[in-house]
Amino acid sequence: MRIPISWLREFAQVPAGATAEDVMADLVKVGFEEEAVHRPTDTLQGPIVVGQVLSIVKEPQTNGKTINWCQVRVVPDGQPQSLTGEGIDPSGVQGIICGAHNFVAGDKVVVTLPGAVLPGDFRISARQTYGHLSAGMIASVRELGIGEDHDGILVLARIGLDPEIGTDAMELLGLYDQAAEINVTPDRGYAFSLRGVAREYAHATGTSFTDPASRVQAPVELAGGFGVKLNDGAPIYGKPGCDRFVARTVRGVDAAKPTPPWMTSRLRLAGVRSISLPVDISNYVMLELGQPIHCYDLDKLSGDIVVRRAVAGEKITTLDGKERALDAEDLLITDGSGAIGVAGVMGGAATEVSDSTTSILVEAAHFDEVSIGRSRRRHKLPSEASKRFERGVDWHMAGIAAQRVVDLLVELAGGTADEAGTDVGTAPDAVSITLPAGFAAARIGIDFTEEQIVTSLEDLGAVVEKNGTAAGLCYDVTAPSWRNDLETPEDLTEEIARLVGYDKIPATLPVAPPGRGLTRVQLQRRRLVQALAASGLTEVLAYPFVSKAANDTFGVATEGAPHKSLKLANPISEEQGYLRTSILPGLIEVAKRNHSRGFRDLALFEAGLVFLPGETLGTASIPPLGAKPSDEVLDALYDGVPDQPLYLAAVLTGHETTAAAGHTPRAWDWADALDIARTAGDVLGVEIVISQGRHQAFHPGRAAQLALRTGEVVGYAGELHPKLLAAHDMPPRSVAVEFNADALFDAAADVIVARHISTYPVATQDVALVVPQEVPAEEVLAALREGAGGLLEDVALFDVYAGKGIEDGKKSLAFSLRFRAGDRTLTADEASVARESAVALTHERFGAVQR
Amino acid sequence: MTETLPGAGVPNPLDEAAITAAVDQAVAAIAAASTLDELKAVRLAHTGEKSALSLANRGIGGLPKDQKAAAGKLMGASRGRVNKALADRTAELEAENDARILVEETVDVTAAPRRRRAGSRHPLSTLQERVADIFVGMGWEIAEGPEVESEWFNFDALNFKPDHPAREMQDTFFVEPPEAHLLMRTHTSPVQVRSMLERELPIYVLCPGKVFRTDELDATHTPVFHQFEGLAIDKKLSMADLRGTLEHFARQMFGDEAQIRLRPNYFPFTEPSAELDIWHPGAKGGPGWIEWGGCGMVNPNVLRAAGIDPDIYSGFAFGMGIERTLMFRNEVGDMRDMIEGDVRFSEHFGMEI
Repeated sequence: MRIPISWLREFAQVPAGATAEDVMADLVKVGFEEEAVHRPTDTLQGPIVVGQVLSIVKEPQTNGKTINWCQVRVVPDGQPQSLTGEGIDPSGVQGIICGAHNFVAGDKVVVTLPGAVLPGDFRISARQTYGHLSAGMIASVRELGIGEDHDGILVLARIGLDPEIGTDAMELLGLYDQAAEINVTPDRGYAFSLRGVAREYAHATGTSFTDPASRVQAPVELAGGFGVKLNDGAPIYGKPGCDRFVARTVRGVDAAKPTPPWMTSRLRLAGVRSISLPVDISNYVMLELGQPIHCYDLDKLSGDIVVRRAVAGEKITTLDGKERALDAEDLLITDGSGAIGVAGVMGGAATEVSDSTTSILVEAAHFDEVSIGRSRRRHKLPSEASKRFERGVDWHMAGIAAQRVVDLLVELAGGTADEAGTDVGTAPDAVSITLPAGFAAARIGIDFTEEQIVTSLEDLGAVVEKNGTAAGLCYDVTAPSWRNDLETPEDLTEEIARLVGYDKIPATLPVAPPGRGLTRVQLQRRRLVQALAASGLTEVLAYPFVSKAANDTFGVATEGAPHKSLKLANPISEEQGYLRTSILPGLIEVAKRNHSRGFRDLALFEAGLVFLPGETLGTASIPPLGAKPSDEVLDALYDGVPDQPLYLAAVLTGHETTAAAGHTPRAWDWADALDIARTAGDVLGVEIVISQGRHQAFHPGRAAQLALRTGEVVGYAGELHPKLLAAHDMPPRSVAVEFNADALFDAAADVIVARHISTYPVATQDVALVVPQEVPAEEVLAALREGAGGLLEDVALFDVYAGKGIEDGKKSLAFSLRFRAGDRTLTADEASVARESAVALTHERFGAVQR
Repeated sequence: MTETLPGAGVPNPLDEAAITAAVDQAVAAIAAASTLDELKAVRLAHTGEKSALSLANRGIGGLPKDQKAAAGKLMGASRGRVNKALADRTAELEAENDARILVEETVDVTAAPRRRRAGSRHPLSTLQERVADIFVGMGWEIAEGPEVESEWFNFDALNFKPDHPAREMQDTFFVEPPEAHLLMRTHTSPVQVRSMLERELPIYVLCPGKVFRTDELDATHTPVFHQFEGLAIDKKLSMADLRGTLEHFARQMFGDEAQIRLRPNYFPFTEPSAELDIWHPGAKGGPGWIEWGGCGMVNPNVLRAAGIDPDIYSGFAFGMGIERTLMFRNEVGDMRDMIEGDVRFSEHFGMEI
């Protein structure tokens, strides 16, 4: 909301010389945030005066244009020029070249004299042009920054002005005024008016406030006016869509009369464009009192006005010229011809006021917040009127605002008001709140005095009555009619604290009961992420928005297998309209971005949630607010939220390090990807079972499936598929790993049972086994471990060989077996027997033969 | 190198002068040896089997019995001198050699290659952990929840009326189909609701996490960002407790000088509500108040949604943005730096924040 300071000053004690910044500094204390300052003089400086064109000499140019060589009087005849400076003619008459033709000798115009500065840092000076010394400019509204109209220069008579020559035009056009723009929170509809803000300014500064409504003399009763019926057949939440409709008639209006500059100036500072006198008056009154107004051309209305809901198939052409299909829930203003307005949102084109309008019907109505909000959303029609109605308008303001419009139409548009008028509807009950005496003190921590409580509430406009009840002292508070946000003792508490000042709230530190610290999963997550970073990976955080194709490739092992993912109804980009089922697409994007910035050796990882919708998706309805749903309803809500486990993924590309003197960096390969999974297992104390894997995103021969001891597959690691890398413009041989971290956290033992550490000597035996090429080393190793029995302490694969000396299709795997007993020194025989037993099992399983 | 060559004349083991001369010659040669190899040659020449002294020594056997003792004494002492000289010189030369090798092995330590990659955490993650640790230190617990939420947890349970403009101001991402009432959480407040439903009273929890709004990415906006929200529900909590908690936290985070300011504001889930500003003495462009987050006393309707009796319990809640905190705490000028994953951004922070 923009507040012109001159306007605010009419209702509040704003010190002379106060700037918009000063006003904002006061308003922020009561909860209105500073947004912006609007001040014409920031970009506009004088001297800018009223001049009268004495003569015009038309001079055709070789380029076909005709320019005007004008003599313009800028000081009243017979008076001396008090201004001095380069280009100021002491005679009081300036010679000015002007290209516009919409004025004649004798017209009074706005002259920007040498030394003036116009918006865009346009400095006016006397300059030689078209063979003359042009000392100044005859200005258009656009050049002055006060309008878009650049058809020609501003002729003052056309806006109803006949000022004395030499008058300060900036003063005349209200350009010394300024506006403070504040943010109004959605609960405070009343502050979308000068009336509301002036009251708040008075609260903030402890000064007095004059209610603009009190200056309007509205009749107590209206009768005999235009026929209006309120006929809402389908109220929303039981509230009628319209509970008051005031209609007033003004005849003999000259709608084409210009709007006076004081009004256009204030409207402009408030951010409202001047349209025509009747519309400007409507907007002016809305800004002043907060009551939206609509003016109809009375002669275009047929029959009585009926306020009702739309019927199926009904249509309207709104003021913006668009035809709109109406919904049965839309509240309409109708006459004999049908819909003439979407109530509280936008009027219809057919009954619009035009320059030729002579009789005006003024509407000031009160509409239901919810009904207006829904229509506005449905038709995507945000308007100044709907903004106010949605947030709540003072029911009692309709009659007063209508009267104010009537008064201004009479005063400025030369109309005559009908004595008769219409006022139908029923006032809602005033909201009454019981505030126990100690309530606010307990909630805020300030021991408010009775005076603080009563004064604060009365300043707001509430009526406060002190009452002794059985439960103790309390205040019966009747909320002011413009404060629909005040419903509970908590609401009143905020108002008391706000007016007394939040800066008065003391600080006390409550002590929480003994906590349990981070949960085990929280610690596991930290340990995992920390370990991967410490091992040389860089943590990044990518967006979870991906394409469907990315989910279909990375989120499911088998190409074309059924795979569900969540789609956003309103994504930022349609291309990335899905929620990720894998972290990898995001990491690949990040890797590419780093490539493009010259970084080719990368090891990136992210731990984040993926979104795995199951059979149940959400709930068909949601329970109401302010009450705990039943257990069944709550369970349904919980169950409807899709599974979102924490996944961890890494992408490695290029080399482990950058090249350096004396160091040849190693290229990342598939085994590094596996190592990340193993590191994760080590850090968490979970065994990761690795086997040859198949995943469409990975190289078919260089992918490992990662599983838990239980067989549960938790992820994949290895080289990314060459075709996929090429398609994503990624370097060949880039590798990746992704696993379900939550599954690992779950699998970790709660208590790790210690192992006995034997100090007896070790007996090491090596064995080389020839097995078929396709037998996985991991399985041979497992057989060795199993076959060797309890004396085996450890076994490791230390060589893989195929080629000369080994039969085709076979390979030699060399293992080192470490034997040790817990209670004695092993003999060579004992170790050999254990080794032979291990080898025997590999022979049995894989036909392994010792080399 | 030696003047006593084999056959050059074997001194008589009783000829003290000749023996002494041979010893002196040997000692001089030992002293003159400048390398271990030279010394080895000297040793062979003067103590080898064919050296003058060895031959003289062997001559003792041929002497008459009564002369043997004198000759033996002379020869023993003489050979002792030579051996000592040899041992001393060997030690000297070995020490010299060792020292030289070490000098020769000198490297330019400033040219050491970096053989292992230095990893790093993302500052948004580490800052969340740092915030969490402060609250854990105060006895609070850390609560988390899903990023795709039921509309009820995100809005209705938090007292957002279905038709209230505040609901639209959240710029929500909705999940299809709309009839399922699922959305991307617009704040971490649904975790507060879940905490109230699932935990025993009193509750002191901090809820950090990712949140989503339909803003295009630019220097100051991102559709995905992080928040941390605190919630305390207990008997007799007041706004003074809220202020005390925030002040304590601000000082832990920014030092003892930190100050906070509360300004009236509006949120559907708190009443009274406040905007929280923090005094930032080190701000670029001079000290000043910086808007940090929102807070207030939990609206009784929110307590009721969780089945908590607002006549017995009251509570406060607050919420701040991690990105915003990082921006002014660590002077990050552009939101995109936090989002794009440029490795230089994370790596500059290393494992710290």
